[in-house]
Amino acid sequence: MKKGSQPTFEETAGTYIENAQLRRNIGHATKTIRDKRQLVVQELDDWEELREAGRQIKQKVMNNLDRYLLQLEKSVSKAGGVVHWAADAEDANRIITNLIKEKKGTDVVKVKSITTDEIRLNQALENEGIHALETDLAELIVQLAGDEPSHILVPAIHKNRAEIRELFKSKLNLKELSDEPADLAEAARLYLRKNFLKAKVGISGGNFAVAETGTVAVVESEGNGRMCTTLPDTLITVLGIEKIVPEWKDIEVFMQLLPRSSTAERMNPYNTFWTGTTEGDGPQKFHLVLLDNGRTNVLDDETGRQTLHCIRCSACLNVCPVYERTGGHAYHSVYPGPIGAILTPQLRGLDDRSAASLPYASSLCGACYEVCPVKINIPEVLLHLRNKVVLHQKKEGGFRQKTDPVHLAMKFLARAFSKRSRYERLQKMGRAGQWFYKKDGTISKLPGQLSKWTAIRDVKPVPEKTFREWWRDRK
Amino acid sequence: MNISLFITCFNDTLYPETGKAVVSILERLGHTVHFPLEQTCCGQMHYNTGYHEEINPLVERFADQFESAEAVVSPSASCVGMIHEFYPKLAALSGSKVLQDRIDALIPKVHEFTMFLVNELKVEDVGAYYPHRVTYHSTCHSLRSLKIGDAPLRLLRNVKGIDLVDLPGALECCGFGGTFALKNADTSAAMLGDKIRHIKNTGAEVCTSADNSCLMHIGGALNRQRSGVKTVHMAEILNTTEEGAQV
Ligand code: SF4
Repeated sequence: MKKGSQPTFEETAGTYIENAQLRRNIGHATKTIRDKRQLVVQELDDWEELREAGRQIKQKVMNNLDRYLLQLEKSVSKAGGVVHWAADAEDANRIITNLIKEKKGTDVVKVKSITTDEIRLNQALENEGIHALETDLAELIVQLAGDEPSHILVPAIHKNRAEIRELFKSKLNLKELSDEPADLAEAARLYLRKNFLKAKVGISGGNFAVAETGTVAVVESEGNGRMCTTLPDTLITVLGIEKIVPEWKDIEVFMQLLPRSSTAERMNPYNTFWTGTTEGDGPQKFHLVLLDNGRTNVLDDETGRQTLHCIRCSACLNVCPVYERTGGHAYHSVYPGPIGAILTPQLRGLDDRSAASLPYASSLCGACYEVCPVKINIPEVLLHLRNKVVLHQKKEGGFRQKTDPVHLAMKFLARAFSKRSRYERLQKMGRAGQWFYKKDGTISKLPGQLSKWTAIRDVKPVPEKTFREWWRDRK
Repeated sequence: MNISLFITCFNDTLYPETGKAVVSILERLGHTVHFPLEQTCCGQMHYNTGYHEEINPLVERFADQFESAEAVVSPSASCVGMIHEFYPKLAALSGSKVLQDRIDALIPKVHEFTMFLVNELKVEDVGAYYPHRVTYHSTCHSLRSLKIGDAPLRLLRNVKGIDLVDLPGALECCGFGGTFALKNADTSAAMLGDKIRHIKNTGAEVCTSADNSCLMHIGGALNRQRSGVKTVHMAEILNTTEEGAQV
């Protein structure tokens, strides 16, 4: 991807906010799941202990990632699987394409996987004449519509059922179809079933990989994942290197944290675990592609590192007041919402102006941190990244940066605040300078950057006396 | 008790009435208030915008002004949150072990005003009288960074004559976020719009909170819309008695 080829968050957020249908769809969906999550989380007395356990396990993984990765490779190989190492997206796509070509496959079935979206696998395969069919209902909707996912868990959250009905009718050639969820699901099921039976290769992501045993897990609601990981002869799983847990018993913690945080269920309907291959049962070839694609850079940053703890539950998206209003597309990344705001800039680097705008796409309200099942302090990482953005701009920005009004204002104010006399002079200047803008005791119009404030808000003028002046007079 | 007031630059300049109310309440409760005149700003705006290196002098300045105090009280939940959460980091960033130790010793003495009343002074009824319909906005920083709990509500419930109404969607951000309101003006406006709708639906005449920064944001829009709802800091409500405002 060309650096900076995409818009920044603030450049397009307004367009999405104005889309009343989108706003309603996302507002409704996030509120429903948010309320449900609250209920199932409240059921557990030890929720906070579980979160802390999840955090500690992940921290242990990050501190010893090199060791666990080698252990995982050994365990998977021992169980009959083959491990491939992919440094970046290109690497991963090439490995996967070659594996499919070896099998002479032209059609593959896929389990929903954001990691494969991250590397744009479907596109890479299409270029080689291979069609990858998405089998998750929401992901299928996005694929049929030629759209982009807008939510980690529910990629089609921005569409309502009336819109989905229209899409299915035209793309699946159906004359009659109601907008009842059951009918829509049935239409997809019939369409998918024949492809499941036909495909020689299945592709999946994974929620966890256990270093100790080599077991990989996919947790899902629809059963399509179970089909993809069991029916085809060859299974290729793409996994970010951070998805490891050390031991089998660690799974217990995450199997409680993940479903409650993601779909607000006590347990997911389908939990598929497999260890290498088993003769006469399931795929006879298993390939595990371990993907870096920027992750070791994240690991390098002491504060940013916790971003890799993420188990992609999407709870932070559902509580985020920014995401709720803009939806996922405004983030111009497969990772939207609060987690996207911290992960994308770290994966893509700060030269990418779209990615570098994301740490600012937050009012720092902290709702994300409160719900995160592995206690990622998202506001802390946002602030850390904002600092990195500023330092990066100072270094690279040249003249434009030096004359940037925000930068100048920050420099000026920092100087004013560092000395009492300068600070008090600034107070007086504010009071004297406002006569020009003050009308009938209020300020309704300010110039430059501040006009964005006064577009919808008045400003209270600086009063006759500051607090400190009152205090001095009083004594 | 000898209490040092950290007014914050924002209240000092724009909301002196809030500071006067804090002084008046604390004095009414029998305490002595000090106001170190060398104080300026905590640096929150800089920190939140990513300018961390610039504000190291402010951390040291804060320590200079307040470390000798018995207690430091401030009527701004977000500034107190900033000090509690990020001053240790900034002190560490400065590389000075001495400054780190000074900040570590000072922080437990720095309190948000309503929490100070309820948790430290153990006062929930300050003898206020405020015959108005009021709704309370729990700001994000007071709620999540400071864990303010129900301290402000306990104080408000003890105000005579008050008609306190719940704000729907109370836990949701108003969209201020400091420079966020400028940089992401569209998103901020959408968040603010929903907050204003909820406030109006309560039929309250007054929206209050423990932080004037969110109130400036909310109040700016209420005023623009000629909504007839005004924003008033908690301290000013608590300082109103049957004899009127006690400044
Ligand atoms: S950051 Fe936390 S809450 Fe957000 S998706 Fe990841 S694990 Fe879930």
